[in-house]
Amino acid sequence: MEGNLSQTTLTAGHTAGTDERLDLRGITKRFPGVVANADVSLAIRPGEIHALLGENGAGKSTLVKIIYGILQPDEGEVRWNGTPMIIPNPHAARALGIGMVFQHFSLFEAMTVLENVAIGLDSPEKPSKLAERIRGVSAAYGLPLDPLRDVHTLSVGERQRIEIVRCLLLEPKLLIMDEPTSVLTPQEVGRLFETLRKLAAEGCSILYISHKLAEIKALCDRATILRGGRVVGGCDPKVETASSMASLMLGAQIKPLARRATTALGPSRLVVGGLDLPADTPHGIGLRGISLDVRAGEILGIAGVAGNGQNELFLALSGERTVETPGTIMIDNTRVGHLGAERRRALGLCAVPEERNGHAAVPEFSLVDNAVLSGHRREKLLAGGLIRAGRALDFATRIIKSFDVRTPGPGAAASSLSGGNLQKFIVGREILQKPGVLVVSQPTWGVDAGAASAIHAALLSLTSEGSAIVVISQDLDELLAISDRIAVINVGVLSAARPTASVSLEELGLLMGGMHEADVAKAASPEREMADAP
Amino acid sequence: MRLKVEPRRQVSKPLQYATPPLSVLGTVVAAFVLFAIMGYDPLRALYDLFVAPLGNVQGLSELALKASPLVMIGVGLAAGFRANVWNIGAEGQLMMGAIAGGGVALAFYGREGWWILPLMSLAAVAGGMAWAAVPAFLKTRFGVSEILVSLMLTYVAEQFLSYLVLGPWKDPEGMNFPQSRMFSDSALLPVLFDGTRVHAGVLVSLLVVVVAWVVMSRSILGFEIRTVGLAPAAARYAGFSQTRVVWLTLLATGGLAGLAGLFEVAGPIGQLIPKITPGYGFTAIIVAFLGRLHPLGILLAGLVMALSYIGADQAQVDMGLPNAATGLVQAMLLFFLLASDFLVRYRVRLVRPAATSEPAPAQKATA
Ligand SMILES: Nc1ncnc2c1ncn2[C@@H]1O[C@H](COP(=O)(O)OP(=O)(O)OP(=O)(O)O)[C@@H](O)[C@H]1O
Ligand SMILES: [Mg+2]
Repeated sequence: MEGNLSQTTLTAGHTAGTDERLDLRGITKRFPGVVANADVSLAIRPGEIHALLGENGAGKSTLVKIIYGILQPDEGEVRWNGTPMIIPNPHAARALGIGMVFQHFSLFEAMTVLENVAIGLDSPEKPSKLAERIRGVSAAYGLPLDPLRDVHTLSVGERQRIEIVRCLLLEPKLLIMDEPTSVLTPQEVGRLFETLRKLAAEGCSILYISHKLAEIKALCDRATILRGGRVVGGCDPKVETASSMASLMLGAQIKPLARRATTALGPSRLVVGGLDLPADTPHGIGLRGISLDVRAGEILGIAGVAGNGQNELFLALSGERTVETPGTIMIDNTRVGHLGAERRRALGLCAVPEERNGHAAVPEFSLVDNAVLSGHRREKLLAGGLIRAGRALDFATRIIKSFDVRTPGPGAAASSLSGGNLQKFIVGREILQKPGVLVVSQPTWGVDAGAASAIHAALLSLTSEGSAIVVISQDLDELLAISDRIAVINVGVLSAARPTASVSLEELGLLMGGMHEADVAKAASPEREMADAP
Repeated sequence: MRLKVEPRRQVSKPLQYATPPLSVLGTVVAAFVLFAIMGYDPLRALYDLFVAPLGNVQGLSELALKASPLVMIGVGLAAGFRANVWNIGAEGQLMMGAIAGGGVALAFYGREGWWILPLMSLAAVAGGMAWAAVPAFLKTRFGVSEILVSLMLTYVAEQFLSYLVLGPWKDPEGMNFPQSRMFSDSALLPVLFDGTRVHAGVLVSLLVVVVAWVVMSRSILGFEIRTVGLAPAAARYAGFSQTRVVWLTLLATGGLAGLAGLFEVAGPIGQLIPKITPGYGFTAIIVAFLGRLHPLGILLAGLVMALSYIGADQAQVDMGLPNAATGLVQAMLLFFLLASDFLVRYRVRLVRPAATSEPAPAQKATA
């Protein structure tokens, strides 16, 4: 609460009055070992876009789950249009006109978009009519979505659209969004903001959670800041800067990323030449002629719009999908194209998938077991086929310590961690294995500004030890900040990598939109919009 | 108005462990009502079914005898179930094990030697595994459902066994009964306690429980199996092969079922006959779920299920309760277990087309 936090803004989050749409008073929620929300009060008016800020584990998701009826508060009161309410379940919340887009999606992989939306509806609707409505809403709000596609063929970004469209179909009075933009491209974010502003102008209140402070500044009218489960203040995002809000959240200044001096690069550690990989699902993206070369000490960034083959490229590099020609992928001059994930890991390749739940981690497993999941080989956690419980515990504890993972302990289930804390754990688990080659997808998805800079710093320090890193991300700011070179993936084709210093946001945007490299130089024009570059 | 089933967002952990005892309770209550309607003294029937067998050495020894194959097979099945491998043909694998092991016994008919029993056991394991290998191959190679294949193979095994004891392996001095020769002494399991039928196989099943416990909870193999079942994508990420897990769990279950089959023919039965078990291979499915797929739980569940077999015999002798009571009690137990498990995970709601259930205004909010 230091510095620029004035008395007036302190009370901004909670003013008495009956014109509030949502009014939370003294909400407290405890979990074993943690108080996730302590005496939280918060009010939102009709048509207001209200930001909820706070570091990882501050209690943001918990608070909105209470509003949406998923969790019940231990203490406190929820008022809706001035009337105290008990919201026993999400169904009741929807009946009130509360919609929510989750940080983690709840979609059935084997079903189509249409079926997934239909399942969430409280009153059944004819499929053909529903499909029409989905197309209508997605067109109106610029969220392209084919109702007949199977969910498992969709990228994370596309899946999120389902969740957003699902809410919009309900014509909500209050829309809660828990980190909705983590996986959207700048253009998509721009369009989403237009959607949200339009909704707000129609009188819908919006409660918006994000770690991207530039977005908060661009979108929100008021902000409430949580730390350790308590409201520590409020502010007007329009007058704050991103870094002043960050220090309000963390109670400390974040260190700017110390970009290392360009060191002499070592030999090539990961070389991919002419990698073709057919799509394994009807709507998947096939990879065509992918070539890349990452040298010791280097970070190669791969940008692209969600669903352009990033998943497939990740799987091909991690070894979850293999190719028949061993020579197309080489780790430290060893041919590995035909080798599976475990053999590649033994050769020094570690990987961080984009999806935390069910891919990078098993939600039901403890953190210790999740440490064993990918670390058993390199961290020597096995002896004669048995898991060495002591060593596994040590490893998990080391990850938790080094990456500041907030959790009651290594025995906690992965599913009990806040999204950002689980992300820190997963990234930490791979970095601590000292990989020669690291492939990371969305390394800072859902982590707060402080943790994001810690993860970036850890990646940079890994390169200074001679590792080669591939970062696949939709966050262009992130890529520009940490990569040495950047390539763009579009419909399964990877552009040639260019030194980061010599590419502009505009050029990247054009490449991501599918323009050929040769044309980009000519076409790059200043009026080309790049939504929300801070 | 219609019913709608939807998953719960939060599944209560304690409740998941409470459902087995709850379903036993439900079964007892339902059986009470049923027996009363049928005109039997319900208390006496329940006493005969669930209490009387525990009162004497004979009953207890039979309990161990019948629980042993259930536990052995249940432990194997549970490993598979954890990996989403649904082998429901353990009964067939059991018969093939008995045939293979019994075949060895008949081949060395009249010979003595310590090596005969181990050889029979090996053959039985191999027989059960071979039968389980068929669904494993078809599933991993062509994606064929192991549920159908393993189940249908059970009927093949049954016919094969009948053919053998009616034809080539029929006891020449057996007055044309459909049965093989009695095994010679070296091919019979040693009895542990005089005056009972408790044989060495019971010890083997205890050993299986301990080994399975260690494997499932401490070894990387058990870790692999659990990961494949809970999160296939995470398993691929870790480098665990689903194909390998399908093969391993099916072979392990097949082998254990085969061994259990041998212990029946080389134990209490002493020869090959057309019907070796009262459906242990199927009952073991219930045992696995009732025991929450945990080896120790399965040991307890196996004892409960064995009790239902013995109790039904007792009730039949004592008060003429039809022998179908066993199947009835077992089926009710499975029904209650599945139903309560389902309700722990899902909830059923009445949906009215117009007015949906309202959130409650709380004037004196006490939430
Ligand atoms: N189901 C649960 N069981 C136990 N602890 C939980 C559970 N859910 C949340 N917590 C704990 O409550 C605290 C707040 O978590 P929450 O998910 O609300 O954080 P958050 O502010 O949304 O963080 P992030 O930005 O990382 O998503 C954390 O310490 C978390 O570990
Ligand atoms: Mg959260």
